[in-house]
Amino acid sequence: MAELQEFWRWTEYTWHHPEMDWRKGKRLAAGIDVGSVSSQALILVDGEIYAFSNLRTGSNSPDSAHKAVNGAMKDTGMELSNLKYTVGTGYGRVNIPFANRAITEIACHARGANFMAGPKIRTVLDMGGQDCKAIHCDERGKVSNFLMNDKCAAGTGRGMEVMADLLSIPIKDIGELSYQVDQEPPPVSSTCVVFAKSEALGLMRSGWSKNMVLAAYCSAMAHRVSLLLGRIGVEDQFFITGGIAKNPGIVKRLEKELGIESVKTKYDSQIAGALGAALFADTLLQKGTQ
Amino acid sequence: MIANYGYKDGSGEFFIAIDTDKCNGCGDCVPVCPPRLLEMAADEYDPLSEKTVAAVREEERKKIKYTCAPCKPASGRGALPCVAACEPGAIAHSW
Amino acid sequence: MEDGKIKGKAMVLSGFDQEESAREALEQALKEAGLAREAIGIIVTTGNGRKAISFAKGDVTEARAAALGAVFLYPTARTVIDVGAEESRAIKCDATGKVLDFAVNEKCAAGSGAFTEAMARALEVPLEELGPLSLRATQTIPMNAQCAVFAESEVISLIHSKTEKADIARAVHDGLSSRVVAMVRRVGLNTELVLIGGVAHNPGFVESFKRTVGLDDVRTAAEPDFVGAIGAALAAAE
Ligand code: SF4
Ligand code: SF4
Repeated sequence: MAELQEFWRWTEYTWHHPEMDWRKGKRLAAGIDVGSVSSQALILVDGEIYAFSNLRTGSNSPDSAHKAVNGAMKDTGMELSNLKYTVGTGYGRVNIPFANRAITEIACHARGANFMAGPKIRTVLDMGGQDCKAIHCDERGKVSNFLMNDKCAAGTGRGMEVMADLLSIPIKDIGELSYQVDQEPPPVSSTCVVFAKSEALGLMRSGWSKNMVLAAYCSAMAHRVSLLLGRIGVEDQFFITGGIAKNPGIVKRLEKELGIESVKTKYDSQIAGALGAALFADTLLQKGTQ
Repeated sequence: MIANYGYKDGSGEFFIAIDTDKCNGCGDCVPVCPPRLLEMAADEYDPLSEKTVAAVREEERKKIKYTCAPCKPASGRGALPCVAACEPGAIAHSW
Repeated sequence: MEDGKIKGKAMVLSGFDQEESAREALEQALKEAGLAREAIGIIVTTGNGRKAISFAKGDVTEARAAALGAVFLYPTARTVIDVGAEESRAIKCDATGKVLDFAVNEKCAAGSGAFTEAMARALEVPLEELGPLSLRATQTIPMNAQCAVFAESEVISLIHSKTEKADIARAVHDGLSSRVVAMVRRVGLNTELVLIGGVAHNPGFVESFKRTVGLDDVRTAAEPDFVGAIGAALAAAE
């Protein structure tokens, strides 16, 4: 399991702007996203990205939040007390002692995606290890329609892990292997992960290769996500964040099913939540000082 | 904004959609719901708005199919209390 | 069944080939009845694979078979609750076993016996022991996950935090029974209940079910797995 989960975690890193001098800035605002697997902190100076970090979540939210914000401030001489406003988001958002406010990740993801990919972004899909969020937003990054599915493991990274485990395939290879088939098989018919597991075993008994089963499962998952997106209305332009964004086995099939390509940006899609939180912090800071 | 509370699982799609632009904050839907699924709260999804709107309580969001079951008999279903109580028509159920 | 009396019955686990499984069950039942295949006037199937059996003359839905079978065995039964491995259903019926209304939980393992199977695996106890284990619980703990997959992780973290397995087992049954009872409420709850299907063997589930519906006693079919087959035989006789 340890190795499987590795897929949802990314290399830890921190970054700060090499030329900008934060001491000259007037508004220092931070966003902290404490997720179940990774945590990010992002600092805006006068509304511009100054520094960020992307680290593993530790055993508790307050520590993870401290670690993340200290990571972003590393080698900058900045201290926690310099931050004028901090917004927490993510599943650990209510447990960040130094945050001025907690805001849901749905609102933050939309706002962050709007900054990263531009005001034309209308649909944001965030597929994580434990949930799947579909968001429709306006040109200012304000949420206009959303849904979050964290009840059912099907359609989350978790469902994929279960399948990888069953087939004893490292989860990072799934995307590639799922395309090594002579022809695309029909999707697995059971949505439920528990029943899909039995179905997969049955398919293997009837002679399907592991890769075929993977392909059938990936396309079932892509189909399921496209139905979820249908509920909130999917529009060009479309942006994908979260761990699944890095699994071509699902992303490419989903793009094909929707007939739309997702927008790629120069930013790491994992910082969308922290960026959105920092943007809200910046806005709230301006509101407060008016 | 349309907030879809609920989920989709193997057995179907179960969402209570609340249109926060239509919701006038009156709170009429809260007391009529027998299991008290709904509450009035600050709009979590629009942090810059000051409005209080109806929402499905967080701890109920993963089981609405079951909690709403008594309001939705297998046959002879009447109007849902929450939907009927909402004058501006802000509440809709997907099932 | 002959002139309304049961002559023989058999149960086999459904294999990959449903036709093969059905044939095997039929042969065993014939043996028990001491009858030859030719003595059977008509064969009717029910259940998940009911359409896949080529030697049958007809088929009836699970709900109809369950209602017919339950009313045959327990003439006062008006609500039949069938909790099987893959789905569960609540059926309201009249004195003749005619289905008046029904609701079903399907295609999600969280609402059927598959849920207890997965949880027994996570708890590392044999399925048959899960029920007796939960009867030894001393506390009621909540279980948040509403999905069999997420519930598995929850069970594992409860074990890590040193929660008694008996208490976890009770939480598992409480979770399943709250979902089953919700479905029963969709057809209307009355006291003339009969519990059938494989999960009715599980005393832990029956106990939780009673607590959830608030009844002191709930009738459980003596041989809960056969009620559907009896119903199919009755339909065949008609
Ligand atoms: S359908 Fe399966 S995977 Fe989804 S909630 Fe139900 S048990 Fe979990
Ligand atoms: S349908 Fe009934 S239980 Fe469900 S939200 Fe409306 S009033 Fe409440």
